[in-house]
Amino acid sequence: MAEESGGLHIAPMDQFRVESLFGGDIAWYTPTNVTLWMALTVVAATLLMVFGARGRAMVPSRAQSAAEMTYGFIYKMVEDVAGHDAVRFFPYIFTLFMFVLFANLLGLIPFAFTTTSHIAVTAVLAFTVFFTVTALGFILHGTKFLKLFWVSSAPLALRPVLALIEVISYFVRPVSHSIRLAGAMMAGHAVAKVFAGFAAALGAFFFLPILAVTALYALELLVAVIQAYVFTILTCVYLKDALHPAH
Amino acid sequence: MAETAASGPGMPQLDVTTFSNQIFWLVVAMVVLYFVMSRVALPRVASVLADRRSAITADIAAAEEYKLKAQEAEEAFKKAEADARAEAARIVEAAKAEMQEALNAQIAKADAEIASKSAESEKRIREITANAVEMVNEVSTDVTKDILAAFDVKADARSVNAAVKAQMKGDA
Repeated sequence: MAEESGGLHIAPMDQFRVESLFGGDIAWYTPTNVTLWMALTVVAATLLMVFGARGRAMVPSRAQSAAEMTYGFIYKMVEDVAGHDAVRFFPYIFTLFMFVLFANLLGLIPFAFTTTSHIAVTAVLAFTVFFTVTALGFILHGTKFLKLFWVSSAPLALRPVLALIEVISYFVRPVSHSIRLAGAMMAGHAVAKVFAGFAAALGAFFFLPILAVTALYALELLVAVIQAYVFTILTCVYLKDALHPAH
Repeated sequence: MAETAASGPGMPQLDVTTFSNQIFWLVVAMVVLYFVMSRVALPRVASVLADRRSAITADIAAAEEYKLKAQEAEEAFKKAEADARAEAARIVEAAKAEMQEALNAQIAKADAEIASKSAESEKRIREITANAVEMVNEVSTDVTKDILAAFDVKADARSVNAAVKAQMKGDA
């Protein structure tokens, strides 16, 4: 049909539309596809971490092993990057990782809605981290937290300039933190949709875009996991600045 | 891209009207997930990991102990083996000495037997020799008598005997 009309009917951004599950206008409380896929994300994370590990076996089953490895991976990351005293924030960081990871992975299912491809979602996550970390820095260190911006190892004349740069980079953090995740998710899914649209338009050569989409899916799987990892490790880095502000 | 415009705004991500909905459900999801993780999942996994770590530590300690015991047993075995070897060598030595003694006694006995046997033989040889000499004398006397009788020479037996004896002695 695409060939008949002489143009491509590809709507790569339609997959990101927020739609009400039961029709009607979207108010703040309306159950939407956001609700559905966030619920599925919570369910998937719970399945892995609660039901996967429910055997409590000395020699773990595969699911229990996966749960334990995820736990160990994030625990070690928090400890290595942010220091041992950051371990009390481990549940929060772990929740962030699980949410982003499963939202990314579930988004790869065809016809799924990717909650983390929305800047509104990632911005809330990133700004929550930003405000928490900033407040924590001032609570723990008071005004000494500002030393984070005052590079005492640099020559005195350079310090105000460096302080300005440091302050700007500090406030850019939540923006890059959130746009990186949403952008990576949105770009990958949009490109996959465009290639899929080509398959309908190319007729006998339909297999070329299908091969491309297959390869892209492998890449997107990698990106989904890496973006969850990056989001989490950056949270740990910011947390480290709040706990140990001295350069 | 003209078609996409018909199906809504260019980027649904920038549709501000859906933000409140997304943020509300995000907060709900995060709070639920946080409680599930921090109250149920993480303590459970942590306790399993701690149990396993302590079990492994205990097992390693037990293995260390068993290894020590095995080393002790090996040393005891080696000592027992050395003792047994020494004992065996001693027994072999004693047996050898005993056998040597018995052998010596047998040899001495055999030597004595041989000596007595050879003495006896010698005696008999001498007897036989003496007999033979006597018989030769007798035969010679008889032959001499016969010869004398053949030549009709009268001679008494005593002189013949004496003559034969003298002849035999001269020959001897």
